[in-house]
Amino acid sequence: MNSTERELLQLIEKNGRLETGTIARLMGITEDETKQILDKLEKEKVILGYSAIIDWTKGTEDGAVTAMIDVKVTPKRGVGFDKVAERIYRFPEVKAVYLMSGVYDLSVSIEGKTMAEVGRFVSEKLSTIDSVISTTTHFILKKYKHDGLVFSDNDEDKRIVVSP
Amino acid sequence: MITEPTSKYLSNTVQSIQPSGIRRFFDLASSMENVISLGVGEPDFVTPWNVIEASYHSLEQGYTAYTANAGLFELRKEISRYMKRRFGVMYSADEEIVVTVGASQAIDIALRAVLNPGEEVIVVEPSFVSYAPTVTLAGGVPVPVNTYSENDFKLQPEQIEEAITDKTKVLMLCSPNNPTGTVLSKDDLERIAEVVEKHDLLVISDEIYAELTYDEPYTSFPAVKNMRDRTILISGFSKAFAMTGWRLGFACGPKTILQAMLKIHQYTMMCAPTMAQHAALEALVNGQKDVVKMKESYRQRRSLVIHALEEMGLSCHVPGGAFYVFPSIEKTGLSSEEFAEQLLMKEQVAVVPGSVFGESGEGHVRCSYATSVQKLEEAMRRIDRFLQTL
Repeated sequence: MNSTERELLQLIEKNGRLETGTIARLMGITEDETKQILDKLEKEKVILGYSAIIDWTKGTEDGAVTAMIDVKVTPKRGVGFDKVAERIYRFPEVKAVYLMSGVYDLSVSIEGKTMAEVGRFVSEKLSTIDSVISTTTHFILKKYKHDGLVFSDNDEDKRIVVSP
Repeated sequence: MITEPTSKYLSNTVQSIQPSGIRRFFDLASSMENVISLGVGEPDFVTPWNVIEASYHSLEQGYTAYTANAGLFELRKEISRYMKRRFGVMYSADEEIVVTVGASQAIDIALRAVLNPGEEVIVVEPSFVSYAPTVTLAGGVPVPVNTYSENDFKLQPEQIEEAITDKTKVLMLCSPNNPTGTVLSKDDLERIAEVVEKHDLLVISDEIYAELTYDEPYTSFPAVKNMRDRTILISGFSKAFAMTGWRLGFACGPKTILQAMLKIHQYTMMCAPTMAQHAALEALVNGQKDVVKMKESYRQRRSLVIHALEEMGLSCHVPGGAFYVFPSIEKTGLSSEEFAEQLLMKEQVAVVPGSVFGESGEGHVRCSYATSVQKLEEAMRRIDRFLQTL
Protein backbone atom coordinates (compact mmCIF):
# COMPACT_ATOMS: atom_id res chain seq x y z
CA MET A 1 0.00 0.00 0.00
CA ASN A 2 1.46 3.38 -0.97
CA SER A 3 1.11 6.68 0.89
CA THR A 4 -1.63 8.00 -1.42
CA GLU A 5 -3.75 4.92 -0.78
CA ARG A 6 -3.14 5.19 2.93
CA GLU A 7 -4.10 8.88 2.95
CA LEU A 8 -7.33 8.10 1.11
CA LEU A 9 -8.17 5.28 3.49
CA GLN A 10 -7.59 7.50 6.50
CA LEU A 11 -9.94 10.10 5.03
CA ILE A 12 -12.81 7.71 4.35
CA GLU A 13 -12.26 5.81 7.57
CA LYS A 14 -13.20 9.02 9.35
CA ASN A 15 -16.01 9.90 6.97
CA GLY A 16 -17.26 7.26 4.54
CA ARG A 17 -19.63 9.73 2.92
CA LEU A 18 -16.92 12.04 1.56
CA GLU A 19 -17.62 12.58 -2.12
CA THR A 20 -15.02 11.55 -4.67
CA GLY A 21 -14.59 15.18 -5.74
CA THR A 22 -13.92 16.27 -2.18
CA ILE A 23 -11.43 13.47 -1.61
CA ALA A 24 -9.66 14.43 -4.82
CA ARG A 25 -9.38 18.08 -3.82
CA LEU A 26 -8.25 17.31 -0.30
CA MET A 27 -5.52 15.08 -1.66
CA GLY A 28 -4.59 17.22 -4.64
CA ILE A 29 -5.27 14.45 -7.20
CA THR A 30 -7.88 14.15 -9.96
CA GLU A 31 -11.33 12.65 -9.51
CA ASP A 32 -10.47 9.89 -11.98
CA GLU A 33 -7.40 8.94 -9.99
CA THR A 34 -9.51 8.91 -6.84
CA LYS A 35 -12.06 6.58 -8.42
CA GLN A 36 -9.32 4.28 -9.66
CA ILE A 37 -7.75 4.00 -6.23
CA LEU A 38 -11.14 3.37 -4.61
CA ASP A 39 -11.95 0.66 -7.18
CA LYS A 40 -8.62 -1.00 -6.63
CA LEU A 41 -8.95 -0.98 -2.85
CA GLU A 42 -12.50 -2.32 -3.05
CA LYS A 43 -11.42 -5.07 -5.44
CA GLU A 44 -8.55 -6.05 -3.17
CA LYS A 45 -11.00 -6.11 -0.23
CA VAL A 46 -8.95 -3.52 1.61
CA ILE A 47 -12.20 -1.57 1.72
CA LEU A 48 -14.81 -4.13 2.79
CA GLY A 49 -17.82 -1.85 2.93
CA TYR A 50 -19.18 1.52 3.99
CA SER A 51 -21.31 1.79 7.07
CA ALA A 52 -22.77 4.39 9.38
CA ILE A 53 -22.16 4.60 13.10
CA ILE A 54 -25.56 4.95 14.71
CA ASP A 55 -26.65 5.68 18.22
CA TRP A 56 -29.69 3.39 18.32
CA THR A 57 -30.64 4.56 21.77
CA LYS A 58 -31.80 7.82 20.22
CA GLY A 59 -35.20 8.11 18.59
CA THR A 60 -36.16 4.43 18.71
CA GLU A 61 -38.28 2.55 21.24
CA ASP A 62 -36.98 -0.92 20.49
CA GLY A 63 -33.40 -0.60 21.69
CA ALA A 64 -30.89 -3.31 20.93
CA VAL A 65 -28.97 -5.39 23.45
CA THR A 66 -25.34 -6.16 22.81
CA ALA A 67 -23.36 -8.82 24.63
CA MET A 68 -19.70 -9.68 24.46
CA ILE A 69 -19.08 -13.35 25.10
CA ASP A 70 -15.76 -14.92 26.05
CA VAL A 71 -15.71 -18.39 24.50
CA LYS A 72 -13.29 -21.19 25.34
CA VAL A 73 -13.03 -23.81 22.61
CA THR A 74 -11.09 -26.94 21.69
CA PRO A 75 -9.36 -26.19 18.40
CA LYS A 76 -10.12 -28.68 15.62
CA ARG A 77 -7.24 -30.72 14.26
CA GLY A 78 -5.88 -29.38 10.96
CA VAL A 79 -7.92 -26.22 10.86
CA GLY A 80 -7.25 -24.81 14.33
CA PHE A 81 -9.69 -22.19 15.53
CA ASP A 82 -10.80 -21.08 12.08
CA LYS A 83 -13.48 -23.75 11.55
CA VAL A 84 -14.94 -23.18 15.00
CA ALA A 85 -14.93 -19.45 14.45
CA GLU A 86 -16.70 -19.93 11.14
CA ARG A 87 -19.48 -21.99 12.69
CA ILE A 88 -20.04 -19.09 15.05
CA TYR A 89 -19.69 -16.08 12.74
CA ARG A 90 -22.12 -17.52 10.18
CA PHE A 91 -25.01 -16.74 12.54
CA PRO A 92 -26.44 -13.34 11.55
CA GLU A 93 -26.89 -12.39 15.23
CA VAL A 94 -23.11 -12.42 15.57
CA LYS A 95 -21.66 -8.97 14.89
CA ALA A 96 -17.99 -9.70 15.52
CA VAL A 97 -15.68 -12.61 16.27
CA TYR A 98 -12.04 -12.22 17.28
CA LEU A 99 -9.40 -14.79 18.19
CA MET A 100 -7.86 -13.62 21.44
CA SER A 101 -4.68 -14.20 23.38
CA GLY A 102 -5.13 -14.88 27.09
CA VAL A 103 -7.50 -16.96 29.20
CA TYR A 104 -10.20 -17.54 26.59
CA ASP A 105 -10.05 -18.09 22.83
CA LEU A 106 -12.81 -16.35 20.94
CA SER A 107 -14.45 -13.05 21.69
CA VAL A 108 -17.95 -12.99 20.21
CA SER A 109 -20.23 -9.95 19.96
CA ILE A 110 -23.92 -10.63 19.71
CA GLU A 111 -26.79 -8.28 19.15
CA GLY A 112 -30.40 -9.09 19.98
CA LYS A 113 -33.64 -7.30 20.81
CA THR A 114 -33.76 -8.39 24.44
CA MET A 115 -31.50 -9.99 27.03
CA ALA A 116 -33.66 -13.14 26.83
CA GLU A 117 -33.09 -13.37 23.11
CA VAL A 118 -29.32 -13.12 23.52
CA GLY A 119 -29.48 -15.63 26.36
CA ARG A 120 -31.38 -18.07 24.17
CA PHE A 121 -28.78 -17.74 21.45
CA VAL A 122 -25.97 -18.50 23.90
CA SER A 123 -27.62 -21.49 25.49
CA GLU A 124 -29.21 -22.98 22.39
CA LYS A 125 -26.77 -22.17 19.61
CA LEU A 126 -23.36 -21.21 20.93
CA SER A 127 -22.89 -23.57 23.92
CA THR A 128 -24.12 -26.55 21.98
CA ILE A 129 -21.36 -26.37 19.38
CA ASP A 130 -19.09 -29.41 19.89
CA SER A 131 -15.82 -27.59 20.38
CA VAL A 132 -17.18 -24.96 22.75
CA ILE A 133 -16.06 -25.70 26.31
CA SER A 134 -17.45 -22.66 28.12
CA THR A 135 -18.95 -19.23 27.67
CA THR A 136 -18.99 -16.08 29.79
CA THR A 137 -21.53 -13.47 28.72
CA HIS A 138 -21.11 -9.74 29.41
CA PHE A 139 -23.94 -7.38 28.52
CA ILE A 140 -23.06 -3.87 27.41
CA LEU A 141 -24.79 -1.36 29.67
CA LYS A 142 -23.82 1.86 27.92
CA LYS A 143 -21.76 2.80 24.89
CA TYR A 144 -19.42 5.72 25.45
CA LYS A 145 -17.20 5.44 22.41
CA HIS A 146 -17.37 3.19 19.39
CA ASP A 147 -14.94 2.99 16.50
CA GLY A 148 -13.22 6.17 17.58
CA LEU A 149 -16.44 8.14 17.95
CA VAL A 150 -17.68 9.49 21.24
CA PHE A 151 -21.44 9.03 21.55
CA SER A 152 -22.32 12.13 23.54
CA ASP A 153 -19.75 14.53 22.16
CA ASN A 154 -20.31 18.22 22.48
CA ASP A 155 -18.34 19.12 19.38
CA GLU A 156 -19.73 22.53 18.52
CA ASP A 157 -17.21 25.20 17.50
CA LYS A 158 -16.30 27.07 20.67
CA ARG A 159 -14.11 29.66 18.99
CA ILE A 160 -15.01 33.32 18.66
CA VAL A 161 -16.21 34.22 15.16
CA VAL A 162 -13.35 36.46 14.07
CA SER A 163 -9.90 36.66 15.63
CA PRO A 164 -6.52 38.02 14.53
CA MET B 1 -11.34 61.25 18.70
CA ILE B 2 -12.65 60.45 22.16
CA THR B 3 -14.32 63.49 23.62
CA GLU B 4 -15.57 62.18 26.93
CA PRO B 5 -14.25 64.12 29.95
CA THR B 6 -12.25 61.15 31.21
CA SER B 7 -10.28 60.98 27.95
CA LYS B 8 -7.92 63.61 29.37
CA TYR B 9 -6.53 60.89 31.63
CA LEU B 10 -5.43 58.74 28.70
CA SER B 11 -1.83 58.70 27.58
CA ASN B 12 -1.00 60.25 24.23
CA THR B 13 0.53 56.98 23.09
CA VAL B 14 -2.59 54.97 23.75
CA GLN B 15 -4.74 57.61 22.11
CA SER B 16 -2.54 57.48 19.04
CA ILE B 17 -3.31 53.79 18.54
CA GLN B 18 -6.39 52.79 16.59
CA PRO B 19 -8.42 49.77 17.70
CA SER B 20 -7.86 46.84 15.36
CA GLY B 21 -10.01 46.79 12.22
CA ILE B 22 -10.75 43.18 13.06
CA ARG B 23 -12.78 44.31 16.06
CA ARG B 24 -15.51 46.03 14.04
CA PHE B 25 -15.81 42.97 11.90
CA PHE B 26 -16.06 40.73 14.88
CA ASP B 27 -18.97 42.77 16.25
CA LEU B 28 -20.73 42.61 12.91
CA ALA B 29 -20.25 38.85 12.41
CA SER B 30 -21.17 38.00 16.02
CA SER B 31 -24.52 39.70 15.63
CA MET B 32 -25.55 37.42 12.76
CA GLU B 33 -26.93 33.90 12.52
CA ASN B 34 -25.90 30.98 10.33
CA VAL B 35 -22.46 32.48 9.73
CA ILE B 36 -19.68 30.26 8.41
CA SER B 37 -16.56 31.87 9.69
CA LEU B 38 -13.31 31.77 7.78
CA GLY B 39 -12.19 34.59 10.00
CA VAL B 40 -10.84 32.57 12.88
CA GLY B 41 -7.11 32.84 13.52
CA GLU B 42 -6.76 29.64 15.49
CA PRO B 43 -6.87 25.85 15.04
CA ASP B 44 -10.24 24.09 14.90
CA PHE B 45 -8.89 21.21 16.98
CA VAL B 46 -9.38 20.94 20.69
CA THR B 47 -6.09 20.58 22.61
CA PRO B 48 -4.95 16.91 22.52
CA TRP B 49 -6.36 14.99 25.48
CA ASN B 50 -3.02 13.91 26.94
CA VAL B 51 -2.12 17.60 27.27
CA ILE B 52 -5.39 18.51 28.99
CA GLU B 53 -5.04 15.49 31.24
CA ALA B 54 -1.50 16.46 32.25
CA SER B 55 -2.81 19.84 33.33
CA TYR B 56 -5.63 18.19 35.36
CA HIS B 57 -3.07 16.01 37.02
CA SER B 58 -0.85 18.94 37.92
CA LEU B 59 -3.83 20.66 39.54
CA GLU B 60 -4.78 17.53 41.45
CA GLN B 61 -1.22 17.34 42.71
CA GLY B 62 -1.58 20.88 43.98
CA TYR B 63 0.71 22.68 41.53
CA THR B 64 -1.20 25.91 41.85
CA ALA B 65 1.56 28.25 42.98
CA TYR B 66 3.91 30.54 41.02
CA THR B 67 6.75 29.03 39.04
CA ALA B 68 10.20 30.54 38.53
CA ASN B 69 9.89 33.85 36.63
CA ALA B 70 11.39 32.36 33.49
CA GLY B 71 9.06 29.35 33.71
CA LEU B 72 9.33 25.78 35.03
CA PHE B 73 12.89 24.63 34.61
CA GLU B 74 11.74 21.24 33.23
CA LEU B 75 9.72 23.07 30.61
CA ARG B 76 12.64 25.29 29.62
CA LYS B 77 14.82 22.19 29.35
CA GLU B 78 12.24 20.61 27.02
CA ILE B 79 11.99 23.81 24.96
CA SER B 80 15.77 23.78 24.65
CA ARG B 81 15.71 20.14 23.46
CA TYR B 82 12.83 20.86 21.12
CA MET B 83 14.56 23.84 19.49
CA LYS B 84 17.64 21.75 18.92
CA ARG B 85 15.77 18.70 17.64
CA ARG B 86 13.31 20.48 15.35
CA PHE B 87 15.24 23.54 14.18
CA GLY B 88 18.88 22.87 14.97
CA VAL B 89 19.32 25.89 17.26
CA MET B 90 20.85 25.67 20.73
CA TYR B 91 19.59 27.71 23.68
CA SER B 92 20.53 27.26 27.30
CA ALA B 93 17.57 26.45 29.54
CA ASP B 94 19.22 28.45 32.34
CA GLU B 95 19.56 31.84 30.76
CA GLU B 96 18.35 31.97 27.19
CA ILE B 97 14.69 30.96 27.39
CA VAL B 98 11.69 32.73 28.94
CA VAL B 99 8.23 31.17 29.07
CA THR B 100 5.61 33.84 28.39
CA VAL B 101 1.87 34.42 28.31
CA GLY B 102 1.45 33.63 24.62
CA ALA B 103 3.83 34.63 21.87
CA SER B 104 2.17 38.06 22.05
CA GLN B 105 3.66 38.80 25.44
CA ALA B 106 7.04 37.56 24.23
CA ILE B 107 6.90 40.10 21.40
CA ASP B 108 5.92 42.83 23.83
CA ILE B 109 8.76 42.24 26.28
CA ALA B 110 11.25 41.75 23.44
CA LEU B 111 10.39 45.16 22.00
CA ARG B 112 10.35 46.84 25.38
CA ALA B 113 13.72 45.33 26.26
CA VAL B 114 15.48 46.69 23.20
CA LEU B 115 13.80 49.93 22.09
CA ASN B 116 14.74 53.46 23.10
CA PRO B 117 12.21 56.20 22.37
CA GLY B 118 12.08 57.00 18.67
CA GLU B 119 14.00 53.97 17.46
CA GLU B 120 12.59 52.35 14.38
CA VAL B 121 11.33 48.83 13.80
CA ILE B 122 10.82 47.53 10.28
CA VAL B 123 7.52 45.70 10.12
CA VAL B 124 6.92 43.52 7.07
CA GLU B 125 3.33 43.94 5.92
CA PRO B 126 0.76 42.52 5.48
CA SER B 127 1.38 41.52 9.07
CA PHE B 128 -0.24 40.28 12.23
CA VAL B 129 -2.25 43.20 13.61
CA SER B 130 -0.32 43.53 16.88
CA TYR B 131 3.20 44.28 15.68
CA ALA B 132 2.93 47.98 14.90
CA PRO B 133 0.86 48.91 17.99
CA THR B 134 3.20 46.91 20.24
CA VAL B 135 6.18 48.80 18.78
CA THR B 136 4.40 52.10 19.44
CA LEU B 137 3.55 51.09 23.02
CA ALA B 138 7.21 50.24 23.57
CA GLY B 139 8.14 53.78 22.52
CA GLY B 140 9.43 52.81 19.09
CA VAL B 141 8.34 53.80 15.63
CA PRO B 142 6.98 51.09 13.32
CA VAL B 143 8.18 51.42 9.73
CA PRO B 144 6.03 49.34 7.40
CA VAL B 145 7.61 47.62 4.42
CA ASN B 146 5.05 46.36 1.94
CA THR B 147 5.17 42.99 0.24
CA TYR B 148 3.04 42.01 -2.71
CA SER B 149 1.50 38.97 -4.33
CA GLU B 150 3.86 39.31 -7.35
CA ASN B 151 6.64 38.16 -5.02
CA ASP B 152 4.40 35.72 -3.16
CA PHE B 153 4.45 38.30 -0.36
CA LYS B 154 8.14 37.68 0.24
CA LEU B 155 10.28 40.43 1.68
CA GLN B 156 13.02 41.47 -0.76
CA PRO B 157 16.36 42.24 0.90
CA GLU B 158 16.73 45.53 -0.99
CA GLN B 159 13.45 46.68 0.56
CA ILE B 160 15.08 46.49 3.97
CA GLU B 161 17.95 48.64 2.76
CA GLU B 162 15.50 51.24 1.42
CA ALA B 163 13.69 51.40 4.73
CA ILE B 164 16.77 51.71 6.89
CA THR B 165 17.55 55.05 8.55
CA ASP B 166 20.06 55.88 11.29
CA LYS B 167 17.27 55.11 13.78
CA THR B 168 16.55 51.59 12.55
CA LYS B 169 17.21 48.97 15.18
CA VAL B 170 14.95 45.98 14.67
CA LEU B 171 13.56 43.92 11.79
CA MET B 172 10.40 42.01 12.61
CA LEU B 173 9.97 38.82 10.62
CA CYS B 174 7.09 36.37 10.60
CA SER B 175 7.40 33.16 8.62
CA PRO B 176 5.07 31.39 8.01
CA ASN B 177 3.19 34.63 7.84
CA ASN B 178 -0.19 35.59 9.20
CA PRO B 179 -2.18 36.61 7.05
CA THR B 180 -0.46 35.54 3.81
CA GLY B 181 0.76 32.06 4.75
CA THR B 182 4.04 32.85 3.00
CA VAL B 183 7.08 30.88 4.12
CA LEU B 184 10.57 32.28 3.64
CA SER B 185 12.95 29.64 2.31
CA LYS B 186 16.48 29.06 3.54
CA ASP B 187 17.74 30.99 0.55
CA ASP B 188 15.35 33.93 1.21
CA LEU B 189 16.49 34.03 4.84
CA GLU B 190 20.17 33.95 3.92
CA ARG B 191 19.73 36.92 1.61
CA ILE B 192 17.88 38.81 4.35
CA ALA B 193 20.61 37.82 6.83
CA GLU B 194 23.26 39.51 4.69
CA VAL B 195 21.48 42.85 4.93
CA VAL B 196 20.80 42.33 8.63
CA GLU B 197 24.48 41.76 9.28
CA LYS B 198 25.62 44.60 7.06
CA HIS B 199 23.44 47.09 8.94
CA ASP B 200 23.88 45.53 12.35
CA LEU B 201 20.15 44.97 12.90
CA LEU B 202 18.45 42.92 15.56
CA VAL B 203 15.78 40.51 14.32
CA ILE B 204 12.63 39.53 16.17
CA SER B 205 11.54 36.37 14.39
CA ASP B 206 7.97 35.31 15.11
CA GLU B 207 7.92 31.62 14.27
CA ILE B 208 4.64 30.66 15.93
CA TYR B 209 3.50 28.83 12.76
CA ALA B 210 6.84 27.04 12.18
CA GLU B 211 5.38 23.56 12.67
CA LEU B 212 2.72 24.21 10.06
CA THR B 213 4.61 24.21 6.75
CA TYR B 214 3.56 21.95 3.92
CA ASP B 215 6.00 22.06 1.04
CA GLU B 216 9.63 22.56 2.01
CA PRO B 217 11.56 21.78 5.16
CA TYR B 218 11.42 24.76 7.49
CA THR B 219 14.41 26.95 8.28
CA SER B 220 14.37 28.87 11.52
CA PHE B 221 15.97 32.31 11.24
CA PRO B 222 18.46 31.87 14.12
CA ALA B 223 19.67 28.70 12.36
CA VAL B 224 21.02 30.86 9.53
CA LYS B 225 24.75 31.50 9.78
CA ASN B 226 25.72 34.30 12.20
CA MET B 227 22.08 35.05 13.04
CA ARG B 228 21.61 33.29 16.36
CA ASP B 229 23.14 36.06 18.40
CA ARG B 230 21.20 38.82 16.73
CA THR B 231 17.81 37.14 16.83
CA ILE B 232 15.08 36.95 19.41
CA LEU B 233 13.08 33.91 18.47
CA ILE B 234 9.39 34.00 19.36
CA SER B 235 7.27 30.88 19.43
CA GLY B 236 4.61 29.14 21.45
CA PHE B 237 2.14 26.35 21.77
CA SER B 238 -1.00 27.97 20.38
CA LYS B 239 -0.94 26.96 16.74
CA ALA B 240 0.97 23.68 16.43
CA PHE B 241 -0.48 22.10 19.56
CA ALA B 242 -3.93 23.73 19.32
CA MET B 243 -3.49 25.52 22.65
CA THR B 244 -4.54 29.11 21.93
CA GLY B 245 -6.63 29.53 25.06
CA TRP B 246 -3.85 28.32 27.36
CA ARG B 247 -1.91 31.48 26.51
CA LEU B 248 1.54 30.00 26.51
CA GLY B 249 4.50 31.08 24.43
CA PHE B 250 8.23 31.48 24.78
CA ALA B 251 11.17 33.54 23.65
CA CYS B 252 14.72 32.33 23.03
CA GLY B 253 17.77 34.42 22.34
CA PRO B 254 21.18 35.58 23.47
CA LYS B 255 21.59 35.72 27.23
CA THR B 256 21.95 39.49 27.69
CA ILE B 257 18.74 40.24 25.81
CA LEU B 258 16.75 37.39 27.36
CA GLN B 259 17.80 38.42 30.85
CA ALA B 260 16.65 41.96 30.09
CA MET B 261 13.32 40.59 28.89
CA LEU B 262 13.10 38.49 32.01
CA LYS B 263 13.44 41.65 34.08
CA ILE B 264 10.31 43.10 32.46
CA HIS B 265 8.50 39.77 32.68
CA GLN B 266 9.36 39.43 36.36
CA TYR B 267 7.97 42.85 37.28
CA THR B 268 4.93 42.88 35.04
CA MET B 269 3.81 39.27 34.74
CA MET B 270 5.66 37.33 37.43
CA CYS B 271 5.33 34.07 35.51
CA ALA B 272 3.16 32.31 32.94
CA PRO B 273 0.18 30.31 34.33
CA THR B 274 1.44 27.20 36.11
CA MET B 275 -1.25 24.79 34.91
CA ALA B 276 -0.60 25.84 31.32
CA GLN B 277 3.11 25.26 31.76
CA HIS B 278 2.47 21.69 32.92
CA ALA B 279 0.27 21.18 29.87
CA ALA B 280 2.98 22.55 27.58
CA LEU B 281 5.52 20.20 29.08
CA GLU B 282 3.36 17.23 28.12
CA ALA B 283 2.82 18.72 24.65
CA LEU B 284 6.56 18.84 24.03
CA VAL B 285 7.31 15.41 25.44
CA ASN B 286 4.40 13.45 23.91
CA GLY B 287 2.71 15.76 21.46
CA GLN B 288 4.61 15.48 18.20
CA LYS B 289 2.37 12.78 16.75
CA ASP B 290 -0.66 15.01 17.21
CA VAL B 291 1.16 17.90 15.55
CA VAL B 292 1.82 15.69 12.53
CA LYS B 293 -1.82 14.57 12.36
CA MET B 294 -3.21 18.09 12.59
CA LYS B 295 -0.71 19.37 10.06
CA GLU B 296 -1.74 16.66 7.61
CA SER B 297 -5.34 17.72 7.99
CA TYR B 298 -4.50 21.41 7.35
CA ARG B 299 -2.51 20.43 4.25
CA GLN B 300 -5.53 18.60 2.84
CA ARG B 301 -7.83 21.50 3.51
CA ARG B 302 -5.34 23.93 1.98
CA SER B 303 -5.53 21.86 -1.18
CA LEU B 304 -9.34 21.88 -1.09
CA VAL B 305 -9.58 25.66 -0.68
CA ILE B 306 -6.88 26.57 -3.23
CA HIS B 307 -8.64 24.36 -5.75
CA ALA B 308 -12.03 25.94 -5.07
CA LEU B 309 -10.67 29.51 -5.29
CA GLU B 310 -8.99 28.65 -8.56
CA GLU B 311 -12.28 27.31 -9.93
CA MET B 312 -14.10 30.51 -9.10
CA GLY B 313 -11.32 32.56 -10.65
CA LEU B 314 -9.91 34.25 -7.55
CA SER B 315 -6.15 34.33 -7.97
CA CYS B 316 -4.23 33.17 -4.98
CA HIS B 317 -0.60 32.27 -4.40
CA VAL B 318 -0.15 28.88 -2.78
CA PRO B 319 0.75 29.62 0.83
CA GLY B 320 3.49 27.33 2.12
CA GLY B 321 2.40 27.46 5.76
CA ALA B 322 0.03 28.52 8.54
CA PHE B 323 -3.69 27.93 7.84
CA TYR B 324 -4.59 30.96 5.79
CA VAL B 325 -5.12 31.69 2.13
CA PHE B 326 -4.93 35.29 0.98
CA PRO B 327 -6.67 35.50 -2.39
CA SER B 328 -6.84 38.66 -4.46
CA ILE B 329 -10.34 40.10 -4.80
CA GLU B 330 -9.16 43.01 -6.97
CA LYS B 331 -11.06 41.84 -10.02
CA THR B 332 -14.35 42.41 -8.20
CA GLY B 333 -13.63 46.13 -8.10
CA LEU B 334 -14.50 46.19 -4.40
CA SER B 335 -12.20 47.23 -1.59
CA SER B 336 -11.33 44.40 0.75
CA GLU B 337 -13.59 45.87 3.41
CA GLU B 338 -16.52 46.23 1.02
CA PHE B 339 -15.98 42.70 -0.22
CA ALA B 340 -15.90 41.23 3.29
CA GLU B 341 -18.90 43.22 4.44
CA GLN B 342 -21.05 42.39 1.42
CA LEU B 343 -20.06 38.73 1.55
CA LEU B 344 -21.08 38.61 5.18
CA MET B 345 -24.39 40.38 4.58
CA LYS B 346 -25.39 38.47 1.46
CA GLU B 347 -24.01 35.00 2.10
CA GLN B 348 -23.13 34.92 5.81
CA VAL B 349 -19.50 34.01 5.24
CA ALA B 350 -16.98 35.86 7.39
CA VAL B 351 -13.53 36.58 5.98
CA VAL B 352 -11.10 39.22 7.20
CA PRO B 353 -10.44 42.23 4.94
CA GLY B 354 -6.76 42.36 3.97
CA SER B 355 -6.54 46.05 4.79
CA VAL B 356 -6.56 45.34 8.53
CA PHE B 357 -3.13 43.73 8.09
CA GLY B 358 -1.61 46.85 6.54
CA GLU B 359 -1.81 48.92 3.39
CA SER B 360 -0.43 46.19 1.13
CA GLY B 361 -3.13 43.82 2.34
CA GLU B 362 -5.71 45.87 0.43
CA GLY B 363 -7.16 44.00 -2.54
CA HIS B 364 -7.04 40.71 -0.61
CA VAL B 365 -9.02 38.90 2.05
CA ARG B 366 -7.78 36.41 4.60
CA CYS B 367 -9.62 33.10 4.74
CA SER B 368 -8.70 30.61 7.41
CA TYR B 369 -9.11 27.00 6.36
CA ALA B 370 -8.97 25.75 9.95
CA THR B 371 -12.60 24.72 9.86
CA SER B 372 -14.43 21.51 8.94
CA VAL B 373 -14.37 20.21 5.35
CA GLN B 374 -18.15 20.39 5.24
CA LYS B 375 -18.19 24.05 6.27
CA LEU B 376 -15.33 24.88 3.92
CA GLU B 377 -17.17 23.41 0.97
CA GLU B 378 -20.34 25.26 1.88
CA ALA B 379 -18.40 28.51 2.35
CA MET B 380 -16.78 28.09 -1.08
CA ARG B 381 -20.20 27.53 -2.68
CA ARG B 382 -21.49 30.68 -1.02
CA ILE B 383 -18.47 32.75 -2.09
CA ASP B 384 -18.91 31.49 -5.63
CA ARG B 385 -22.59 32.46 -5.56
CA PHE B 386 -21.64 35.88 -4.16
CA LEU B 387 -19.16 36.45 -6.99
CA GLN B 388 -21.89 35.69 -9.55
CA THR B 389 -24.01 38.52 -8.16
CA LEU B 390 -21.33 41.17 -8.60
